[in-house]
Formats: sequence, C-alpha cells, structure tokens
Amino acid sequence: MMPKNVLGIVYSNSYDACLEALTARRTMGSVPFGGRYRLIDFPLSNMVNCGITKVGVIANSNFRSLMDHIGSGRPWDLSRKVDGLTMLPPFTPTTADSSNRIDSLYRIMDFISHSKQEYVLLMDANFVCNMDLSKLFDFHSKKNADITMGYCYGQLPKLQNQAVIEVDGDSKITSVGIDVKTASDVSYIANVVLIRKALLERLIGDAQSYAYTSFEKDIIQKNVNTLNIYGYKIEEWNCTIDSMNTYFAANMELLEKSARKALFKSDSPVYTKVRDDMPVVYGVSSSCKNSLIADGCLIEGTVKNSIIFRGARVAKGAVVENSILMQDAFVGEDAKLNCVVMDKNTVITPKKVLSGDKNYPLFVGKEIVI
Amino acid sequence: MAKKTECIAMLLAGGQGSRLGVLTKNIAKPAVPYGGKYRIIDFPLSNCVNSGIYTVGVLTQYQPLELNGYIGNGGPWDLDRADGGVHILSPYQQIEGTEWYKGTANAIYQNIQFIDRYNPEYVAILSGDHIYKMDYAKMLQFHKEKDAACTIAMLEVPWEEASRFGLMFTDGDGRITAFEEKPKNPKSNKASMGVYMFTWDKLRKYLIEDENDPASSNDFGKNVIPAMHEAGERLFAYGFDGYWKDVGTIDSLWEANLDLLNPKVNIDLSDTTWKIYGRGANSAPQYIADSAVVENSIVTAGSDIEGKIDYSVLFSDVTVEEGAFVDYSIVMPGAVIKKGAVVQYAMVAENAVIEEGAVVGENPEKCADLEKWGVSVVGPNVTVGKNAVVKAQSMISEDVKEGETV
Repeated sequence: MMPKNVLGIVYSNSYDACLEALTARRTMGSVPFGGRYRLIDFPLSNMVNCGITKVGVIANSNFRSLMDHIGSGRPWDLSRKVDGLTMLPPFTPTTADSSNRIDSLYRIMDFISHSKQEYVLLMDANFVCNMDLSKLFDFHSKKNADITMGYCYGQLPKLQNQAVIEVDGDSKITSVGIDVKTASDVSYIANVVLIRKALLERLIGDAQSYAYTSFEKDIIQKNVNTLNIYGYKIEEWNCTIDSMNTYFAANMELLEKSARKALFKSDSPVYTKVRDDMPVVYGVSSSCKNSLIADGCLIEGTVKNSIIFRGARVAKGAVVENSILMQDAFVGEDAKLNCVVMDKNTVITPKKVLSGDKNYPLFVGKEIVI
Repeated sequence: MAKKTECIAMLLAGGQGSRLGVLTKNIAKPAVPYGGKYRIIDFPLSNCVNSGIYTVGVLTQYQPLELNGYIGNGGPWDLDRADGGVHILSPYQQIEGTEWYKGTANAIYQNIQFIDRYNPEYVAILSGDHIYKMDYAKMLQFHKEKDAACTIAMLEVPWEEASRFGLMFTDGDGRITAFEEKPKNPKSNKASMGVYMFTWDKLRKYLIEDENDPASSNDFGKNVIPAMHEAGERLFAYGFDGYWKDVGTIDSLWEANLDLLNPKVNIDLSDTTWKIYGRGANSAPQYIADSAVVENSIVTAGSDIEGKIDYSVLFSDVTVEEGAFVDYSIVMPGAVIKKGAVVQYAMVAENAVIEEGAVVGENPEKCADLEKWGVSVVGPNVTVGKNAVVKAQSMISEDVKEGETV
C-alpha cells in the first residue's frame, strides 16, 4: 500500500472533556505537550513521516487556537497544491457534538469521498506516539484486512467508549468489549484505524441512517464477526491522555532518556509550528537539573524536574520543581512552585508559594495572574 | 514594466571570509553559524523583512551550496512572496562572455536587469558579514528627507579601532565632506558600516560609468562612492548607535557570540518586535541532566547537557557528557563533547567530536606567554582523539589522534 494512497483524518476534539481545564479554550489537539509541541503534532508528524500527503483535521469546537497552530500546514510540509492539509470545521452554525464520532465522519463524508485516496487512516489527538505507520499499512495488506485497529497493551485509559479487544493467533480481533471495568492490563484500541474508503463510506452511511453514535460500539463491535478486523499492536512508546494526571505523568516521563529517545527521533522528527524564539539563556545565578527546556526561555532561578515551554521565564531566586510551565509563563522573583501546571501566558508574582501534588497537580488557567 | 517597488535590497553574500579559516572552508561567510541558532545572513535578511523590504537579491559566488539550501524559498524570513521575495543571484553566462563578480560594484552591475525588473526608486546595498539590528526604513526616510543620492550608515567607533575602518567626515547637516580609507592616524571616528541606501537612477548611472573605467577595481567603497562624491552628488551619513559587529575574524566571531551573554551589550535577541528569523533545526527541547551545571550560557534546542557549562554559547543538538567542561566557548550544531573533555576559549565547529579527556584551548589567565594565546578552533566534522590537546590559537582541520598535542 502506497502511503500516498492513504487519506489521514485526525480528530482534534477527541475526548476534550477528560482534560477539561486545559481544553476550556482549546481543542485536545492544541493542548501543549513536551515543551514545544501541541498534541496534534504527533498524529500529523506520524502521518507525514510515513509519506501520507493528504490530511483532514476534524475540528468541531473551540478550534481557534488549533487553526492558529496549524495555519497552512507548512511545518508538516502539508501546504501544497496537490493534496495537503484541510481544516474541517462544522458546516452549520451550531456546534457539533465532538464525542459523536459517526456524526463527525458523516459530516465530512464529501471531503473523504472527493479525495482520490483509496484508504483512510483515522487518528486521535490524545494519543502521543512516534510510530512507523508504514508497518501498520504493510500489516493491513498482508492480512488482507477490512479494518486494522492499532492497539496497546497496558492499563485501560479511562475514556468514554474505550474498547478492549481480544485477538487470536493471527491477530484477528475476536471480541470487543466497551467500557470494561478492569484493573489488570488489557489490550485496548488506540484509535488508530485503517480502513478502505469505500467500506468506511458504507459503514458510516448505514450507521448514520440508524442514528448510531459510537464508532466503537456500533461499527467495530457490531461487525467483529462479519468483517475481517485485525489488531495491530503498537510497540512504540506511547501514552493516551485521559486525565490531568496522565497528562502530567506523560510530560514528566519525558525526563527519562528512554521516553525521549522513543518520542524524538532524528529520522522521524515531530514537527511543530516555528516560533523563532532565541535560544535559552541561563543567567549567572541559575541552576537547572533534570529538566526539558524549550527555546526562548530565560532561566535565572532554579528549575528541577520540570518541563518548560517556549518563551517561559523563571526570575532570580524563584524555584520551580516538578512543574510544567507552558508558553510565555512567568515566575517572579523568589516564588516557589511545586507540582504546578501553568497554562500559557500565566504570571506568578514575586514571593508566591504554590504547591500541588504529583497525583493532583495545581493548575493555573490561561492568562491568570497570581 | 513591473509594478513599482519603492525599495529593494541587494545583499552581498559572495565573500569567502578567508580569515575565518576552517569555518569557511566549505561555506560562504554569511552562512557561518552565530548566536546559538542563527547564521550571519539571518541578521540582514531579518532586518529587511522587519523594515518592510520584501524584495531581496542575495548575491552569491563563493561556496554557495550551503547558503542556497539555507535560504531556499525564503520561507523562514517570510520572503516567499508572490511579488518579490528572496532571489539568489549567482554570476551567469552572458553573450559577451562570462565573468565572476569582480568586486562589490560589479556584482550589482551584473544584476542591473534584475533590479530594473522591480523598477525601484531606492536600492539598499547590504553586506552579509555583520551582526546588527537596524531599521532600514528609518534610514530610507532620512535618505529621502536629505534628498540624497547615497546614504551611508555610520557608526562612531572607539578611536583606537578607527584605523581599521573606512572613515567619513561630515558637516553639521550630516552631509559627507571627505573620506578616509583605513588611515594609520585617523582624524575621524565615524566609520562606514557597509550599509548603503542609493537612489537607483543615480546608482545605475555610476555603476555603468564605473564598469566602463578599466582602471577601476569595481568596489563601492574604493570606486563608486568616491566617484559620486567627486561629481558633487549629495552623500549623507546616517548615524546608528546600536550594536554592530563585523564577524570577519575568529576573534571577532568568538567575541560577538559571547557578547550575547554580556548584559552591557545591546543586542537583545528576545525582542519580539524585531525578531531575527532563521531556518532552525526542528529539534526537541534541550535536556539538562541532574549532573549538569549550566550558568551564564546560551543553549539551543536538541542539546543534551550532562556536564558543566559556563559563559558559553551552544548551538542546536550539541551533546556535553558528564564531567565535561565547556568554558568561554562556542560549540556549533551537532558537536559532541565526551566525558571529562575540556573545551575552553575555543570554537568547535559543526559535528566535531571531542573525545574523552581531550583538552581544547587554553585559559589566558593560565597561559605562560600571553603573546601565544588565542582562541582555538576545531573545524567541522573533525574528531579530537582521547586525551589529545589542542593548544591555544590552533586551528584544526584534520582529525587529531589519541594523546596527540597540536
């Protein structure tokens, strides 16, 4: 299968509700991650790195920050005359229900149908991974599958309609459970779905006529015995964001060399919007340990075990530990932060002390001044 | 005739920069890395865009491959335009024969057709060798107010350095009354910055006259501007008081990088109203390890720091392993400083590898003979072997074997 023959579709609003605080004014896709990225950079980069040339981004609500981030698609080399990137906002003035995947796909069916690609790859914005999708394509061809679902093995993410699967020795999916209650490790689908376009058109058309709403329940589960649905195990380091806690933990995991190596590879880079910041400046009295620092930061205080996004500033005497400082956040002199997530453009005035817990990080919302 | 463009810029980027030695062996001087994530040419190009000049011709001649690739379609500087934008102008074959650019003026002369296509009223002639932030729009305004034929940007330099520059004398109105080219005993400290604003129809005339003069060396400073002066054209000096540095030598390039760490030096690259754009590497954020000590330094994306860094500028994707020490140094993209190695008062070029325990450069305070002290340079892709020593002032273009002293 030629990647050129695959149309990429990314849901930018996937599970917005599980990250309420961060998605109050943005989509899941535009949630900042890993010092300089937005979550949508991962599926987009995966797609272009394997050779996909046409991508549609479904944006149902709160998508202004996403549009600002994506622009013409140039950072992903998707600003093109032929194919390229298309934003797919709602057609009608009413906000679409972003949790209704079937409706979301139905509404962009003309875009899908008019694409010359024969296959469609669906991905979610809350799945952080640097994976080689061409392996999934080869798998799909080799198995002669109708649908291939990427799955992971581990703790079940706490997401609505989260599907748990069982596969046979040939990797064929034999059963699908939805919203299973379990504390043990299971195989769960990661919403990386490859399907022939004609089949998708038929399945979505049928589902819409029955007013079905769940892709997992009403399409995958119902057809598990009638269609050849295969499970492709994603072996690469990955993380499904399902809450503020996993968001915080996933960011912090990047302080481990193994996670960084797995996510940031020189032969399959993660692309993002360029900001033209200057490099990081470390002041005379600064101290920085075990931290990820993005360009444009000015570090004059102490930073430990933290993720510091582009343009953030830590003033003299300030101590930032176990925290995430998003773009252009400012920590004033002698302020002390522990387990804090500071959203974009936030300010902590001098001498303030803020502390959360690793299992309950304190969140400071966008543009708040404390 | 094309739509009229008020002002276009011609950027002279053909210089070899031979005094930069190994650093310009394979690249033209304007492509030399500077300031952690930039190249020298980013400064004039960004100045153009920030000044509202959206048509820029870049004249290349020496080792243009890297520079051409770097500039590409001009996207990073917002110079990929439907009308105008950035154009790479190399010497080309002509019916009367082919010529290299013989001098700065000849380079522009050979591209008169290019300039005429844009039908500009004014042409800025810039050089790709300097680090400075300047609003050419203000200079153009001055040029128009003075009804000048040529305006030369002028910087007052310290008297002791004046003899290195082309100097100017001006009257109370700023009009240039005389020139002095690198005099032994300078009587002026008003130095030319190599930034010119010309009224195009005047310049066009003098370029053609200059080309027809076989005795001319076809240089702006030596020939064209003196000729305009002699003919009584209105030449003015436009005063500039910001940071400006010619980075033509190893020492000045090293200093200009470290200037970014000097709070007394007025070159703020974090100013969002005058951004310096560049084609940056798409690297992950830098990682500073538990064992790292980073102070008073600049470090760029993709770097992985486990060692100690003081008063240094590190470019993108640099690795400094545990126990290594980088002091008063410039480390260019992709370089690796291994365990226990010391890099001090040195410049390490792109993708060079300093093996374990090697020592590059000397601290002038510990140097017995200050006369022999100077910045050490390790060239691109060079490996300095285990426990090898690169002495002060050395410039290394070949691998250094284990334990060797050079």
